[in-house]
Formats: sequence, structure tokens, C-alpha cells
Amino acid sequence: MEMPKPDDGVIARRREIATALREIVPGEGVIVDEDALRPYESDGLTAYKTLPLIVVLPETTEQVSQVLRYCHENAIKVVPRGAGTSLSGGALPLADGIILGLGKFKKILEIDYDNRCAVVQPGVTNLGITDAVRDDGFYYAPDPSSQIACTIGGNIAENSGGVHCLKYGLTTNNVLGLEIVMMDGEVVRIGGKHLDSEGYDMLGLLTGSEGLLGVVTEVTVRLLRAPETARAVLVGFPSNEAAGECVAGVIGAGIIPGGMEMMDKPAIAAAEAFVEAGYPLDVEALLIVELDGPEVEVDYLIDRVEGIAKANGAISIRVSNSEEERARFWAGRKAAFPAIGRISPDYYCMDGTIPRSQLPKVLTRMTELSNEFGLRVANVFHAGDGNLHPLILYDANEPGELEKAEEFGAEILKLCVEVGGVLTGEHGVGVEKRDLMGTMFTEDDLNQQQRVKCVFDPDSLLNPGKVFPELHRCAELGRVHIKRGEMRFPDLPRF
Amino acid sequence: MSTLLKPETVDHVRDVVAWAAAEETPLELVGSGSKRSMGRPGNAAHTLDMSAFSGISLYEAEELVLSAGAGTPIAGIYAALQEQQQELAFEPPDYGPLLGLPEGAGTLGGVLAANLAGPRRIKAGAARDHFLGFTAVSGRGELFKSGGRVVKNVTGYDLCKVMAGSWGTLGAMMQVTVKVLPAAEKLRTVLVFGCDAVQGVAALTQALQTPYEVSAAAWVPQTVAAHSNVGYVRESGASVAAIRIEGPGPSVEYRCATLRDQLAPFGATEELHGHNSAAFWREIRDVRPFAEPGDTRVVWKLSVPPQSGAKLATALAAVVDGEFYVDWGGGLIWLAVPEAGTGGNEAVRAAVAESGGHATLIRAPAELRSAVPVFQPQDPGLARLSQRLKEGFDPRGILNPGRMYPGV
Ligand SMILES: Cc1cc2nc3c(=O)[nH]c(=O)nc-3n(C[C@H](O)[C@H](O)[C@H](O)COP(=O)(O)OP(=O)(O)OC[C@H]3O[C@@H](n4cnc5c(N)ncnc54)[C@H](O)[C@@H]3O)c2cc1C
Repeated sequence: MEMPKPDDGVIARRREIATALREIVPGEGVIVDEDALRPYESDGLTAYKTLPLIVVLPETTEQVSQVLRYCHENAIKVVPRGAGTSLSGGALPLADGIILGLGKFKKILEIDYDNRCAVVQPGVTNLGITDAVRDDGFYYAPDPSSQIACTIGGNIAENSGGVHCLKYGLTTNNVLGLEIVMMDGEVVRIGGKHLDSEGYDMLGLLTGSEGLLGVVTEVTVRLLRAPETARAVLVGFPSNEAAGECVAGVIGAGIIPGGMEMMDKPAIAAAEAFVEAGYPLDVEALLIVELDGPEVEVDYLIDRVEGIAKANGAISIRVSNSEEERARFWAGRKAAFPAIGRISPDYYCMDGTIPRSQLPKVLTRMTELSNEFGLRVANVFHAGDGNLHPLILYDANEPGELEKAEEFGAEILKLCVEVGGVLTGEHGVGVEKRDLMGTMFTEDDLNQQQRVKCVFDPDSLLNPGKVFPELHRCAELGRVHIKRGEMRFPDLPRF
Repeated sequence: MSTLLKPETVDHVRDVVAWAAAEETPLELVGSGSKRSMGRPGNAAHTLDMSAFSGISLYEAEELVLSAGAGTPIAGIYAALQEQQQELAFEPPDYGPLLGLPEGAGTLGGVLAANLAGPRRIKAGAARDHFLGFTAVSGRGELFKSGGRVVKNVTGYDLCKVMAGSWGTLGAMMQVTVKVLPAAEKLRTVLVFGCDAVQGVAALTQALQTPYEVSAAAWVPQTVAAHSNVGYVRESGASVAAIRIEGPGPSVEYRCATLRDQLAPFGATEELHGHNSAAFWREIRDVRPFAEPGDTRVVWKLSVPPQSGAKLATALAAVVDGEFYVDWGGGLIWLAVPEAGTGGNEAVRAAVAESGGHATLIRAPAELRSAVPVFQPQDPGLARLSQRLKEGFDPRGILNPGRMYPGV
């Protein structure tokens, strides 16, 4: 994976740039000292590291606007950053670019229960929103496992999901409004407390745009009232196929659970060893199905899910009977990543989505690949929506193992696309999957996407080197290659 | 000379659009033509009829996905979904009768291109939230796609979002994939009688703040209630606030009973069962109160912050001599204005400018739709982005040009 070649001219102007930025953001907000830059050198995809030119931490939209305008005028690249938990290298710095950190945008600006929304700054953590409204019985629905740390600005950029998104939607389904600053410094407000867009859905376009279109400086999110109760069923199966059939059976019966997560044998073993959640170890696959709502509803649905599980050959079924027990069922799943981290020096987390019916085929092929590459793999799976997280175990200190893990990962993602799925379900393309975009998209597809980039950032200064394998100049992309001629479709029905 | 072009293959579409781009001659895109009288009137010499792209190519109920030609009649989609007890959760409205056309027309592509949504918008989202993937030909005559056939996908920009609600101005869609969901086992509606608009929305708000997953919340004045086909509503002699509850049987009964208790202070309550509920919400969804034969009033759709809805609508109706009802818990106002002058354009725009949100002219004679903006005018920054986005997809401005905004 190669990043665009850094511009030595810009690097040489580092001091001058820092001075200019200090005029916009006074005090501690401009970081140039190497030790202080170090914490910003990578995000959650720690295999890649680059020291940024400068880190700037503005506190107001006006400062963000001035910083961007300055960078625009001086052709300096900018990488926005929230908490730096991206798993795809979206916030990976550029040696000739500044990191624009939104860490100081930490205020919850307004909680508006009557309109069922909250207005927050982008540096507020995902869980911070729910914490602010929990006592009043409300919550913000999308719940990435990283929710203690990751910011709502980062969630917007990545269109993050969580275990509850099957029923409650992804970030994009739970956002009402944004304030963004474009690369030229212009501030644009999109949406608000109302629904839908008057014209093109810029809100939907910006969500999931990986920090390439604009810097988010304010977010209005939907708040939901928390369900009265939730209970979980823990079901063990003798095979991955049986577990997959059970998932199909639940949805086929018209039930959309609050969460429906699957783990394979290696993931179960690692999680159980780590948190002692009480998972059965004699099963090939484990399913956690959570039902939420009024007690009568939850009881009614639990009965039905139990019935479906039995019909699909479940060999162990446990239903949570207390909040504590429900939390224990989840503890293993939620700690799956660190649990893997304990049994292997390093792990590489993948994020493809597949049509769920293809799960057995994909897992079988993955086992073959695991043998070919000589690397172990464990799987956790957002089973309801087909989003698969294979965790590849490797040791970065062994020469060549990282490269092998990456190759293995790329093979898995290609497999996902091959069976009708996609490269990424929630972690984003970033730098990680950038060079695989061609397996899913044609050149025309990618060119059309880049034309969208050109709408917002024609000089490609905002987070360049991410998402697109090849950067074309906007002027070139804008050209129309069509010549005037005679009607070229003689066989077309005409009336 | 005006021609109707009806491509049957991807290559046809590509050829037609490339030709139109070369000639710089605009095309009017249509599915079944059911929404032709919505938007700014155009003067395209040629019509690009996409109805040949019809038929369901993939439907996997247990994976919650359906792919079909964009020109597939929506009625056919409903029929297929019904067989599996599934639905389009965003409840696409049928504006046929409102626009003086038959019921049940329209195509899947049209529903998506107009980003329609019914009363369940507040819980399940709009067409945009269920639109997973498409193939289309851009105004450059190039075939492109976005999204996929899985419900969870963040690979590349989410171009489904901009295609939804683009009214055919960005590309000619051929294949589309949508998320489908199970239909609820049971359906009931709690009615609260006799509140004025502000009190009615207060009742809806209280219901929406409970954990009971209200799937629709509307308020209709007595004048509107009196025309309902549902006896309980028509004969109530009062305004009606209505709250829909859906889900498994025992849960629906429990939630309705609790809500009736909680909302009793607002007025007398009643409960509609399945059949009546379905009929009532269809009327709300399809704007039937303003769709009676002979009703020629201008109809506006306003999307505003829910709490502003009732006050804004009451004041606005007084100024323009209009009649209104409220959906989306106060966030959606349907306003009918006597057909004279500008159809209340100035007052509507001023009210929305103050509350935030947007207003769209849904039914009006072509002259009025040319004379006043149909879609909410945008701030200069956003307007420039819209313009540039259009250029990115359709640099020669040949696909439904001007349907949304001049020059877009
Ligand atoms: C242990 C772990 C578990 C995780 N679990 C999940 C999960 O369950 N579901 C899931 O979806 N993801 C998950 N993630 C991934 C990650 O947490 C999310 O992608 C998250 O949204 C990133 O937020 P952040 O604030 O850390 O953003 P960063 O990592 O700082 O940035 C991510 C991207 O967003 C851009 N960005 C950040 N802030 C802004 C802004 N204000 N304006 C414009 N662009 C901005 C950056 O440029 C970058 O491209 C997990 C990560 C870890 C480490």
C-alpha cells in the first residue's frame, strides 16, 4: 500500500505553516513537537504509521473554517481526526499534511426531547450522547463496540454501525442535521430537526464519506426512548450451517431482533477464556439473540426464537433471566477483539458483508485459506445483516507475517465480493481496502464517485490517498467524451 | 418533433443518453408517468420511458433484499412481498388520486427517485433508508453503479442517498435493490378526540416519548375527520389524534391499553383494530383528505421540526385561508390552499424559513409550478453544491433539467 508521495516543498515550510496556524488557533492548539505528534501517528489500524506535519486542535467552527481556508490557499493537505479508532486507516496522517483534530469539540449543545433529538459537537463520544440522556430514559441507537472512545464526528464519517443496527439502523438512519466546513473554508448547514432533504440528500452523501468531503463541526442526532426490557438467548449449534439456518428462520418468521450475533468456535474459545461468560465450549457456533421491548413482547418472542432454535438443531439454549445475566452473555461477544488480542501478539480485524446464505461457503473457504497462509482466524458475525468480522491472528515481530496477514485479509474480502457481498460493512475503505476497490467497482463507477469528491474538494486536499486507488484530476474527470453525430440507436423502439 | 424513446437494454439507454448529450437535447425520464405533474414543468422534446426495465430479478425474504427493474410497477412489488408477509417499511404513498390519476400506478424506481415515505417515516425512515443499490446511466452516457445487494455496506460514497430524491436529474436507473422487512403481525390505532392542533401534537409527542415504538402519529381536524371512510373517525364529530401501534399481538394490546390510559387527560379515547387502522392510515398516507373529486386546491407538503408543526400550521392556515392536517408527530404538514394567486407561496416560505425545514408544492397547475419554486429554495452555499453535483453527473444538463431547481 502506497500513499501519495509527500511534497517536500510543503514539508520545508513546516515552521511557517505552524506560525500561520498559531495565529488562527492560539496557545496549545498547534502541535509541532515530535513527541507530542507521536500519539497521532496512526489510528486503530496500527500497522500503518506516519508522523503528521503538524497537529492542529481548533475549538470553534470559525477556527476550523480559517484553518481550512489557509490550507486551501496554500495547497496543504488536511486529515480530519476524531478519536482515531478507525480500523481502516481513515485517519492515517500524511507526512506533508496537517491533522485537524476535533477532540476539543466536546460540548453537548442541546437536548430536545420534544423534537426527540440532540445537537452535539463532533468530538462528543458516541456513548457520551447516550450518557447525557440515559437518566431520562432515552438513548442514541447506533452502538459501535468502540462507543466509549469513538466520536460522533468519526461515526458520521464512517457511517458506523453496532450490534443493534439490524433493528435500529446505522448512523445514516439516525442523523438529522450537520454543520460542515468545506475545504475552502465555507460553512454549510444541512438538515436540522426536520426529516428529509429539500433537494439532493447531502446529509446521506456526507455520512460515510470518510472525511473526504467536509469537516463535520456539528451534528443533530435522533434520540429514541429506551425499550422497557431486553433479554438475550444464547444458543449453541453443532455447525455453522445450523446457526445460519436458525438466523434465516428467525427473520423468516418475521422477527427482527434487537441484536443477533454469531461467533465461531475459535472466537467462542478465546472469549470464554478471557471473560468467562459461560459460553458452551462443545459447540461449533454460538448465537446471541437479543429481544427488546415491553415484557409481554419479549417473553412472547423469546418463546418463538427458542422454538426456531430447537427446530434448527440447537444443542444448548439459555435465556437470560436478569440484567446481570444478559450482560454476561454479551460480555464475551463485546470483548471478542481484546480476547483475540490475548491469544495472539497481533490480530487484523476484517469487515466484509456477505449474503447470509453464503456463510457456510465463505467459512469453509476461509479455513482453507487459513491453512494455506498458516495463520489462524476467528470469526464474529453480525448475523442478521451478514456483516462478517474475521480476525486474523499474526505476529508482527515475525518478518513477513504482517504482509501475509494482509494478503490473507485481501483474499477474504475478494471472496466476500465474489459471493455477492461487499468489501466493508461498517469500518470503511480508508487506506486498508483502497486498492481492492477495483474488485467491486469498474473504472466508470469509481470515476463517478470521484466526481462527487470534486464537487466538494476540487483540489483534493481533504484526506487524499484514502478510499480511491487512483486519483484523477477533477478537470480531467469533468470532460465529456461525446461527439455529435447521427442517431446511433436504429433498433430502439420509438413511438 | 417529440419522440417517446423506450429502451429495452442497458446499451439502448447508454446510446440514447449519449446521443442526447451530444445533441444537448433534454430528456424527460418517466417510469409509469404517475408523478409527471410533480416538480417544475419541463419542456423536453424527448421522453425516455424506462418501463421496459421491469420485473423482480432477486427476492430473498430471509436476507431482507429485493432487486428489480426500476420500471417495475409498484403494485407487482407489493404482491410479491405480501406472499412472504413482508413490506416496504417506508410505506410509499400513492399520490395518484391526489393528482387526479388512478390509484395503484407508479414504479419502484419512481418511488425511490422521489424519496417518498408514508406515516411510518418517523420510525422506519424514507425510501432513502431502504435503498441499497442501483445501476444507472449518467448524463455522460456512462453505466455506473453504487451500493450492493446486502443490507450493510459502506464501500465508497453512498450514492443511493443522492439518487433517492433526485427526481431523475442525475441518472437513468435500470436495476435497483431495496431492503424489505417483515410486516407486523398485528396493527391497532389509539384515537384521542377533541384536541386542537397544538394539544393534539402534544398528545402525539407524549406517545412518541414512550418506549412503545409508535409507528405513526397524526392529527386531523374535525373538518377532515368528517370525510374519513372509517366510521369511528367520521362520526366522532371531533378532531382526531391518532397513534399507530404495530407488532406481535400481545405486545400491541399491552401498548395500546397503556397508551390509552396515559393519554386519557387529553380527551376521550378509542381504539381502531386492524382493518379500520389500515384504512385510516392509507387515507393519511395518500393525502385522501385533499383528493376528493373536484378539489382543485393547491397542496403543499411541509417538513418541519415536529414541535413547530401545529403552531406554524395553525397560523399559516389562517393567513392563506387553508386547511391542514398533521402527520409524523407534528413534523409533516399537509396544507391545502385555495387556488388563487401564488397558492400561498410567500406565506409558506416565510413560515418555513422561520421554523427550519422545507416546503414542497405537491399539487398545483403547471403555470403555478413554473411561477413559484416547487422545492424549497436553498441557501447559496447549498445551492452551489447542488448545482455542482448535477454537473458531476449530468454536465450537459439533459436529464430532467430544471425539474427540481432552475439549472439543476
Ligand atoms: C475495538 C474497536 C471496536 C470497533 N467496533 C466498531 C463497531 O462495532 N462498529 C463500527 O462501525 N466501527 C467500529 N470500530 C471502528 C471505529 O471505532 C469507527 O469507525 C468510529 O466511527 C471511528 O470514530 P473516531 O472518532 O475514532 O474517528 P477517527 O478514527 O478519528 O476517524 C475516522 C475517519 O473519520 C474522519 N473524521 C473523524 N472526525 C471527523 C469530522 N469531525 N469530520 C470529518 N471527518 C472526520 C477521519 O478523517 C477518518 O477518515 C471499532 C474500532 C475499534 C478500535
